[in-house]
Amino acid sequence: MVSGMGDELDRRAAVAKLLAARDGALVVTGLGSPTYDVHACGDRDDNYYLWGAMGGAALTGLGLAQAQPDRRVMVITGDGEQLMALGSLATIGVARPRNLDIIVIDNQHFGETGMQGSHTGQGVDLAGVAASCDFAEARQIETLAEVDALCDALKSAATGPRLFVLKVKAGALPRSLAPRDAVFVKNRFRAHLGFAPG
Amino acid sequence: MLRVKTGRHKGCDVTDAGDGDGGWPGALHRVLRDQGVRQMSYVPDAGHAALIDLFAADVDVTSNVLTTEEEGVAIAVGAWLGGMRSVLLVQSSGVGNCINMLSLPVITQTPFLMLVTMRGEWAEFNPWQMPMSRATEASLTAIGVTVMRAETPEDLIAVVDQAATMAFESDQQIAVLIGQRLLGAKKW
Repeated sequence: MVSGMGDELDRRAAVAKLLAARDGALVVTGLGSPTYDVHACGDRDDNYYLWGAMGGAALTGLGLAQAQPDRRVMVITGDGEQLMALGSLATIGVARPRNLDIIVIDNQHFGETGMQGSHTGQGVDLAGVAASCDFAEARQIETLAEVDALCDALKSAATGPRLFVLKVKAGALPRSLAPRDAVFVKNRFRAHLGFAPG
Repeated sequence: MLRVKTGRHKGCDVTDAGDGDGGWPGALHRVLRDQGVRQMSYVPDAGHAALIDLFAADVDVTSNVLTTEEEGVAIAVGAWLGGMRSVLLVQSSGVGNCINMLSLPVITQTPFLMLVTMRGEWAEFNPWQMPMSRATEASLTAIGVTVMRAETPEDLIAVVDQAATMAFESDQQIAVLIGQRLLGAKKW
């Protein structure tokens, strides 16, 4: 991976396209910018925002996907969050859910903490890791046109988990603050699926 | 009668589990299934081996083998979001890996149940097990997880049964520590 790729893709525009085409998908967001990106497109009952538990987004998505096999689950997280849980890609690859898509918004930086460069700008290829972990599909996306094509592709049934790395521009965007009341977000999400608070 | 699953999660010998026996692992499996558990995640441990095999062979339960223990914490929270009850099986040495991820069920008040087989407290051969053994209860308590212990097979079934009720009905985060004396010293 050459540092500097993704110079043209705007993360908010990309996430807006993915959410506009979510088609009933349940969405789990990784802490930091991906949570803001998803919230900026509109707060919804079927969004589950993480504000912590770094490394847990894709796995929360796996548990949800196993509990709701007839619903598609889309995890939207960042490169730093997914790097913390490289092993989770092995676990998800073995679990092989057919209804779990992981979108990594990769700006090659730890954006919340001072924009230190992350591993993905220095040769680490998350899509390659996912492919090695037996994901059904894993690839990199660099333009909005490719995001449009991805939105269409996600409508097709998958044979296993899929991971897409969106190489995006690095840069500070206005924070869009999702609710931080973790019990409220949990109960609201469960109510959307017809479950009682708890 | 236990239905035995074939395929990638095929367990080893579970023939003694179909007749309602199977020792304490069999009883534990029945209690957890009666409590509605339909997902199990684990990092392998000799003390949990029979229970892992029983779950792996159970067609009504989804089993996940983990690369590290904290993965199972997030998986269990995701399952609850989707209306499914989960249990996490780990060894005491793995509890330390879980601490930050446990903030997820704690802050969300998500029902959460983990069974921890203890090392480093009874005829332990490996000194490397001692530090995390001593830190297990303290670290779980510090992050806000309720800790219970079982020292005999009879105790274990009762403790896990009521811990599951407290977790799933009262939205608690509970770890049951299974004493090494109950498990027996590791054979070398």
